[in-house]
Amino acid sequence: MPDVPRPPVKDWATDFDHTHPDYAANAPAILDELRETCPVAHTDRFGGAWLPTRHDDVARIAKDHEHFSSQGIIVTDWRPEEPAPMGYAPPITSDPPFHAIARRFLLEFFSPKAIDGWEETARTTCRELIAQIKESDDEVVDVATAYAQHIPVRVIADMLDLPREDGDKFRVFIHRILEEPGQNTVDDWGETLEFYLQEKIAERRENLGDDLMSYLIKADIEGMALLDEHVRGTIALLIIAGIDTTWSALGSSLWHLAQNPDHRRRWTEDPAVQPFAIEEFLRFYAPVTMARLVAKDVEIGGCPMHVGDWTLLSFPAANRDPDAFERADEFIIDRQRNRHSAFGLGIHRCIGSNLARMELRVALEEWMAAFPDFELADPDAVTWSTGQVRGPRRMPFRLPH
Amino acid sequence: MKIKYDRDACQGHNRCYMLAPELFDTDDEGYAILLVDGEIPSELEEKARLAADNCPEFAIEVIDD
Repeated sequence: MPDVPRPPVKDWATDFDHTHPDYAANAPAILDELRETCPVAHTDRFGGAWLPTRHDDVARIAKDHEHFSSQGIIVTDWRPEEPAPMGYAPPITSDPPFHAIARRFLLEFFSPKAIDGWEETARTTCRELIAQIKESDDEVVDVATAYAQHIPVRVIADMLDLPREDGDKFRVFIHRILEEPGQNTVDDWGETLEFYLQEKIAERRENLGDDLMSYLIKADIEGMALLDEHVRGTIALLIIAGIDTTWSALGSSLWHLAQNPDHRRRWTEDPAVQPFAIEEFLRFYAPVTMARLVAKDVEIGGCPMHVGDWTLLSFPAANRDPDAFERADEFIIDRQRNRHSAFGLGIHRCIGSNLARMELRVALEEWMAAFPDFELADPDAVTWSTGQVRGPRRMPFRLPH
Repeated sequence: MKIKYDRDACQGHNRCYMLAPELFDTDDEGYAILLVDGEIPSELEEKARLAADNCPEFAIEVIDD
């Protein structure tokens, strides 16, 4: 829980707070209303931040590296100290031209064909988790914690060759950094992600393998080894960005299916619809909102953004803009035209998108094969994460025996 | 029907490769490679349209004859 409760939001157009529990519960409705009434919202919180909700504005900001810097991508009360163009977690916090260099040597690990090689790991993990749920014989199961959250943790741990048991630690780091940014103080250095990674990287240097961490340690930029903070920042990014996000997308998809028996039936009876359904889950429940720091004064949607302001990049809002999508507020399981931006737009397109999509597909295939029918045990018991990654964190399902 | 693919606009979302593997491959870094030069075989026209309609970066355009 936050050290200090967030003050209530007076008006979402002028005082928004995406880290407030009210936002977590109602984000889609809040974003839809803002788009109609005040398409670029503002808050004095976080030292000043903007929230554009139209697809065109979001796309424009995502592609404008002159006026917007990625040096800061998580909105907090302070501004990051690590200088551009590398930032604290390259390449997500990097700006051109360094960004392309830091991104390029990661791409081959995350291309669709490279990700095919991890499908078996994901599938085995799903089957193990489902077997545990079936063995437990509980009628009500919290699927967010018993199923969805473990799948991305295990795959990324294997990719980095870190112990799967460290998954619980990852989740603590992530919660602190993404869901309640700047709202928790950690007194013990030994309990931080930085310390954890420093230890693991030092150990790995003595014992290199063919995993992704070893590859980063061995990588060079024009003959120079990567800086320690570059290696650490990138691995932190892979752990943080890959887990909460996929957990959220999968959780939201299952939450949707729990309440829509017709969509469960369609998924099972018409496998050709599945690839379209997956993209519609990603559009409708896009978990990730990014952020930028204004680097040069600029006007967006008639609003004057000044150097040092934050702006959120709400892909969830862009994905529900009726100017960009037909029947934007409806979940259409076989939507044929779907240029959603759940994985971002422009040069910072989520590098793990193929991994995330594979995990989402495999986890849904396995779940639906094991449990073609299920329902929410208590809709009011579902809780949603706060901050820039949105998904169910507690989600009790009633499962048939 | 012909396809116009803009490599500079492509950011490697891979939607085209998933929807129309007969028309698009991906390179080692995950960027699209257009496999067809010139006229699209008529049985692949629907897939070409899907690839264009689902590219978040508007990097693919189909041109009807």
